[in-house]
Amino acid sequence: MSPTRELATAEPTGPPAQRIALVDLLDRVLAGGVVITGEITLSMADVELVTISLRALLASVSTLAEETT
Amino acid sequence: MSDERGVWAYGITQDATGANLSWLVGVAGAQVRTATAGGMTVLVSDVDLAEFGEVALRRNLEDLGWLEGVARAHHEVIAVASRMFPVLPTRLATVYGSDESMAAVFDGRREELLAAMRRVGGRVEWGVKAYAVPESRQPEAVRQEPAAEGGAPADAGGRGAGLAYLKRRKEQLSARAESQRSAAAGAHAVHGHLAAHAAGARLHPPQSPQLSGDHRPMMLNAAYLVDANDGTGFASEVAAVAEAHPELDLNLTGPWPPYSFTAEDEGAG
Repeated sequence: MSPTRELATAEPTGPPAQRIALVDLLDRVLAGGVVITGEITLSMADVELVTISLRALLASVSTLAEETT
Repeated sequence: MSDERGVWAYGITQDATGANLSWLVGVAGAQVRTATAGGMTVLVSDVDLAEFGEVALRRNLEDLGWLEGVARAHHEVIAVASRMFPVLPTRLATVYGSDESMAAVFDGRREELLAAMRRVGGRVEWGVKAYAVPESRQPEAVRQEPAAEGGAPADAGGRGAGLAYLKRRKEQLSARAESQRSAAAGAHAVHGHLAAHAAGARLHPPQSPQLSGDHRPMMLNAAYLVDANDGTGFASEVAAVAEAHPELDLNLTGPWPPYSFTAEDEGAG
């Protein structure tokens, strides 16, 4: 009954109305998924770089969430 | 109309041989098709290397709007296909020059990929994030807000007030540290409990507040591998630990395709 409890749920496979959070998705598609080296593939280090530069980018684009929902 | 075409891989399955998936729309609006590689079926679509080649990819991945579109399209294909048959997702931005070169690579990895498919088959991933509850929202006993300072109203503004301020500030800081310690211990306990109710568990790094827009301290960002037909059981466990840990706000997402469980061992990368 306490107002401090909150158990939010999201439905990643649901309709677009319940858009999943980009940050949760990036956790999974950039760091998860089986890595099968192709001719054109990101190495682990590249993914790290993408993630790091994204964070820097996002620091200046904090309105993204509003824009895309 | 570039003649430089590449092949973008979404995931691998053993159950969709010859299936027509052309109604599924993938990255850059391309139709999804199946290709055979190493005796397995790979969900792929054709991409223009002017946009998805190595150099272009590196540049485009830095573009948040582009990345979001591609990430959502990649996920949508995997999520929809996962409702029809088990899919082992491939890492975002796995691109080959042709079906033939892809098949050559998959042939060499066949046993390992089959083992990964067995591990995640019939299972889904649930995400659990835990945030430290802001001190102001915690019960009094936890908050330890220093009581109004007794004594010294007479010399307000003098040396006594300064010392009282410093003392109060020190107590606030130590209460904050204590509440962080309690949240960290709670997150550890939550993870242990949920991992014991899952077929696998993985820890992701805490999300950056800039990325998530949530500025509460993130104490846990975990993924759990759970039998697809046991979603309600797992959600009940999450609700139970949420109730038992008032120092944390828990957030459950899922079910996800088993992205975080494609590697044999997290330590091995």
